[in-house]
Amino acid sequence: MTMVAKAKLGLKQRYALLTRGLDWEPSYQSKSAVYPYAEFEGIKIHDWSKWEDPFRLTMDAYWKYQAEKERKLYAVLDSFAQNNGQMGLSDVRYINAIKLFLTGVSPLEYQAHRGFAHVGRHIPGVGPRVAAQMQSLDELRHVQTQIHTLSHYNKFFDGFHEWQHMHDRVWYLSVPKSFFDDARTAGPFEYFIAIGFAFEYVLTNLLFVPFMSGAAYNGDLATVTFGFSAQSDESRHMTLGIEVIKFLLEQDPDNLPIVQKWVDKWFWRGHRVLGLVAMMMDYMLPKKIMSWREAWDIYFTEAGGSLFEDLARYGLKVPKYADVATAEADHLSHQNWSTFYQYTQAAAFHTWLPTPQEMDWLSEKYPTTFDKHYRPRYEMWAEMEKEGKRFYNNALPQLCTVCQIPMVYTEPGDPGTIAFRTSQHKGETYHCCSDGCKDIFDGEPEKYSQSWLPVHQIFQGNCGGASVEDVLKWYRMNLGADNLDQAGSPDQKLWNEWMAARQRVAG
Amino acid sequence: MTIDIKTIKVEPRRQTFGHIARRLGADKAASRYEEATLDVQATANFHYKPLWGADHWHYDEGRTAIRMADWYALRDPRQFYYATYNIARANQYQATEHNFEFVEKRGLLGLLDPAWRGTVEFYLLPMRHVEWGANMNAATMCDQGYGTAVTAPCIFSAGDRLAMAQIIGRIGLALDGNSGASLDTAKQRWMTAPEWQGLRRLVEDTLVVKDWFELFVAQNLAIDGVLHALVYGRFDAEGQRQGGTGVSMLTEFMTEWFAEHARWVDSVIRTAAAECPENKALLSGWFAAWSARAAEAAAPLAARVLGGEAAKGAVAEALGTLQARAKTLGLAA
Repeated sequence: MTMVAKAKLGLKQRYALLTRGLDWEPSYQSKSAVYPYAEFEGIKIHDWSKWEDPFRLTMDAYWKYQAEKERKLYAVLDSFAQNNGQMGLSDVRYINAIKLFLTGVSPLEYQAHRGFAHVGRHIPGVGPRVAAQMQSLDELRHVQTQIHTLSHYNKFFDGFHEWQHMHDRVWYLSVPKSFFDDARTAGPFEYFIAIGFAFEYVLTNLLFVPFMSGAAYNGDLATVTFGFSAQSDESRHMTLGIEVIKFLLEQDPDNLPIVQKWVDKWFWRGHRVLGLVAMMMDYMLPKKIMSWREAWDIYFTEAGGSLFEDLARYGLKVPKYADVATAEADHLSHQNWSTFYQYTQAAAFHTWLPTPQEMDWLSEKYPTTFDKHYRPRYEMWAEMEKEGKRFYNNALPQLCTVCQIPMVYTEPGDPGTIAFRTSQHKGETYHCCSDGCKDIFDGEPEKYSQSWLPVHQIFQGNCGGASVEDVLKWYRMNLGADNLDQAGSPDQKLWNEWMAARQRVAG
Repeated sequence: MTIDIKTIKVEPRRQTFGHIARRLGADKAASRYEEATLDVQATANFHYKPLWGADHWHYDEGRTAIRMADWYALRDPRQFYYATYNIARANQYQATEHNFEFVEKRGLLGLLDPAWRGTVEFYLLPMRHVEWGANMNAATMCDQGYGTAVTAPCIFSAGDRLAMAQIIGRIGLALDGNSGASLDTAKQRWMTAPEWQGLRRLVEDTLVVKDWFELFVAQNLAIDGVLHALVYGRFDAEGQRQGGTGVSMLTEFMTEWFAEHARWVDSVIRTAAAECPENKALLSGWFAAWSARAAEAAAPLAARVLGGEAAKGAVAEALGTLQARAKTLGLAA
């Protein structure tokens, strides 16, 4: 018998034949039993076949590309370790930025992996489901390659060694953790909007990019190689995020108010988490890329602006409180760094006061706020340090019920007054740091009244004991090594020794 | 002769992360598999109960009746983490790609006996839907499972299943000259042919299993155990006598994959069964029920491919082999 003549197949057609045809309409079990979470959020999808696959990656192509990237990445990591690449950093202070990354961000990559496995099973359309499964694999890649990249730093520097234990417990790490727990416990469509759209598409340039650019500027070849290697994954994720939101909005006009509510919520949730990045960019990088304000203007105001212009044809509006967030960009990093400076005894990375040169840079970047509100504070603290009275805040702060950040943010337009909002739920009073967080609480009080608030938990005796020392031990913090100021830390001492040895060799 | 490159000597202050050192019993160098896997999933102080199931946390040991003192006992003997998994699969697929080229160049599918060609289309092509069901189940296990040691290989397995569904799709396209008509027919058969309905019911029933460990046993041990032995073992052997070498080459990936997959599956089930008598009883019960169902569901397809008597023998043999395997894993016969 002769073979049938072979027709040419385009990529799109081939992908459709190999992937889209796999699904079937179940008849021995009901569709609602097979996809039990597809309807409770109220999203209406009439025709999954309208989904356009943005990547058309078959599994073999996925393996081929990804394996190639992994071979290159691990070759660089091995070489970095062999050559003690950590000695090429701009300054040892830089390390603190990636301590924050491993303890605060890498666990989110893991959460994203499991979350995309969840939606990769439960979204009842084969196209987005396959894309979500590949993203689940990618996110597992990211957490694992980050661990491997930073494992080398852990061998020399403090603050990395208990990243997993700390992520589940430490007060400031409950900010990113609760953010992702919130997304993971939401329905599959909200998860897609929260992570795929709001986080990956709208905000990734303000999270991933600053850390990776910071690495590039500060001689961290290992992290920046990881960053480059992950770039093509990230752009796939962004594309998926935008495709999903468009698809939901195209499928039914009733989806618009639901999606808008999620966009508002996740924009604000994301903005609060990004405060950690703002502080990293403005204070923690020895060689700075740009200010948080500049990054916000470029990546949110400009890029986000044109994105939302594009989405306006579906009726979607710019997220609520975007204007407040934009105004806050002049204050955010200063208020956050000041908080960590005061609580340095309870943080697993080191803090310091900005040098006079750095303060001049901050004045230039924040002409309307830094000299007026923040420079005097740092100068006062510098005086106190000189007198041997370094300022520590020993009172446990009140936390916002939603974002879980200490209530340190100020009223919009009034940087002299701390903002407080309250809501009542089942006879209890809940506190929020802003209108944005209060709206979120009021939208789902059942959810947010469950928050595991670190300070409440300490007072309830659930965190190792009554004293600060007990709590820090429960965090598995090595006191005097992981915490406190950069000056006098074992990290700094080691670095000074290396630099001195290098000087001797250079002779 | 040795050469000695002079560098500044730097001494590490520690070898690995605290949670890894505690598991290794000392601060000593850990493997990349260990650092990428052990204790990576969050275990405590979750903030909110899921809107999609408030009876559990999103990571919750209680989503299965199986109990483990340490979920990280369920390690992967292949020591796969993302890089090693992808590199292994990319290499394997290179061989598959080579086989597709070879089969096409030599026109090997043209050598199929015409009647057998129809049989191959009947038994092999709808298997892509079985693999798709298996993909969904693997995603469920990754989603609902507990501890990175067992959940990470589950998402790898989901990727494998999709790949195998796509290899079968490519075989269909090779048979129908890229029209896709053979795949349409295969789907029709999957939906309506009497020989396939038992299997489709079986697959759909697995899609609603609530206990992810039961699903692990049902899919990875029972259904795979019966179906792979038949489809890529007995059916393929029958094809050898009817010009089916090309088909064997194109499904070589599955044969190789199954042997490797079984090492992981066996290790997970053996470890869970050895944990406590309650686990052993649960696993044994699940295995008995699902393997019997799989054998029963596969019987009409085997009859269509091998003929009545031979089919009975083949199904009994597949089930017998699987039961012997289960016994070595510590399950009650």
